[in-house]
Amino acid sequence: MTASSTHGAIDAVWRIESAKIIAGLARIVRDVGLAEELAQDALVAALERWPESGIPDNPGAWLMAAAKNRALDYYRRTKLLERKHEELGREIEAEHEMAAADFAAAVDSALDDDIGDDLLRLVFTACHPVLSTEARAALTLRLLCGLTTDEIARAFLVPEPTIAQRIVRAKRTLAETRVPFEVPRKDELAARLASVLEVVYLVFNEGYSATAGEDWMRPALCEEALRLGRILAELAPEEPEVHGIVALMEIQASRAAARIGPSGEPILLLDQDRSRWDHLLVRRGLAALARAEQLGGRLGPYALQAAIAACHARSRTAEETDWARIAALYDALAQIAPSPVVELNRAVAVAMAFGPAEGLALVDALASEQALKHYHLLPAVRGDLLVKLGRLDEARAEFERAASLTHNAREKKLLLDRAAASHKIRVVK
Amino acid sequence: MRFMVMVRATKDSEAGVLPDEKILTEMGKFNEELVKAGVMLAGEGLQASSKGARVRFSGSKRTVIDGPFAETKELIAGFWLWQVKSKEEAIEWVKRCPNPFSGESEIEIRQVFEAEDFGAEFTPELRQQEERLRARVAAKKKKKKK
Repeated sequence: MTASSTHGAIDAVWRIESAKIIAGLARIVRDVGLAEELAQDALVAALERWPESGIPDNPGAWLMAAAKNRALDYYRRTKLLERKHEELGREIEAEHEMAAADFAAAVDSALDDDIGDDLLRLVFTACHPVLSTEARAALTLRLLCGLTTDEIARAFLVPEPTIAQRIVRAKRTLAETRVPFEVPRKDELAARLASVLEVVYLVFNEGYSATAGEDWMRPALCEEALRLGRILAELAPEEPEVHGIVALMEIQASRAAARIGPSGEPILLLDQDRSRWDHLLVRRGLAALARAEQLGGRLGPYALQAAIAACHARSRTAEETDWARIAALYDALAQIAPSPVVELNRAVAVAMAFGPAEGLALVDALASEQALKHYHLLPAVRGDLLVKLGRLDEARAEFERAASLTHNAREKKLLLDRAAASHKIRVVK
Repeated sequence: MRFMVMVRATKDSEAGVLPDEKILTEMGKFNEELVKAGVMLAGEGLQASSKGARVRFSGSKRTVIDGPFAETKELIAGFWLWQVKSKEEAIEWVKRCPNPFSGESEIEIRQVFEAEDFGAEFTPELRQQEERLRARVAAKKKKKKK
């Protein structure tokens, strides 16, 4: 094996093992940042040794053992032990050794235990609400997905030092605020889970629809978010919203190939060639939604959005779409997670189900909404409904306004095309 | 990226011998690991080729050939579809797989084509197809509006 192929293999081992190693260590040292550094030390040791010795038969166990030794060294060195010593008022070397032996035993038992709980603790810690959403996202990709700062920076289109700093600060905040390494108690669980899911969905959306620049998709981020979601679904199988977010992401990702035209322009859902949807992902999405529904109770916001996405996924053609059901689901969503954006979507569904005039009435009710003042989709939707009502001059003005509000170059072009098309239709008439 | 990971058939699998309990248990555990890691998209075991068939194409002619097929080592006994970051990651996972049969066996790893892999080769035809489609959609819309 050449050195570079060994490095590739080490990367792969790291990708598979790092989260488990960090999570196991974090339980012992009670500091996620320190746990990650110790795991990184083990990785450095592997990078030094494996190109010569070859990759061990059980590379995960090798890394675990190396990390464990680093943890022991650290433990021996730290003042923690000295302080403990002083507290006990003893200075006998044997005691020192015994404490280290206890620690080694603790490490062994922690690493032998089911790692699932530790991984879940790691997720909740990395996504703790004391951190900003961006910091949570960077830390999660680093700790749970084993991405390097460079990979994260490239994915988010920001300079590497920005991400590096974000991660360092996040680790420091976690240490300083003494965030415990634990799965939150029942009374906190819903809020803390929301904080985790928010991060997963942010990563997904960052990949699915770039807010700026030329590229619409950064598939790597979508894949990482999906992977995170799928892992979470196994770590917390009793949580309907976890299956809900997985369902939502699987179904949205199933349209990836169909939503971009040959020259990179966006293709809207109803215009997409449904044969190009990834039906494996559709099936997985519908299965995840069924899991969420089987757990009972009222559907949460992610499961409801997934149910809406599922309505489209189940229709063989755009014409078959069950818009009345979609309108009802948006109505349910508006009740538990009211937002002007949800209202706007509800207006679209209502227009499709009951006619453009009814939809337009709902859109017009949103006109004074401060939150939508710079939201390009409001005029875009309004323009669309006006076209359907034959009010073409007004429609063109709306499309032009929408184009002036978006920062995505592709989307801007699409909107300007629609503005021009409204004009043309009038001429043809 | 996605990989199709294929377990090659053996004399036993072709004879319809089912894997023993130990292998089934180990394989179950391995599959669970794959699911927990968010890697497995799909996976199935295949019955012996005696229960299958082939359709041979020669120009416009089609000939059906019933199984079993002789070249055991070229046959597939089962497959997974995995979502991983690299070929190396797929290889690492395969190395963790229990031996699917007692004795000698082999697993093959093949990368799945994604839309972007087709690049320039794919676009001209696709573009034409898309353009035809869009022209049709546009025509339909225009008709409705009139």
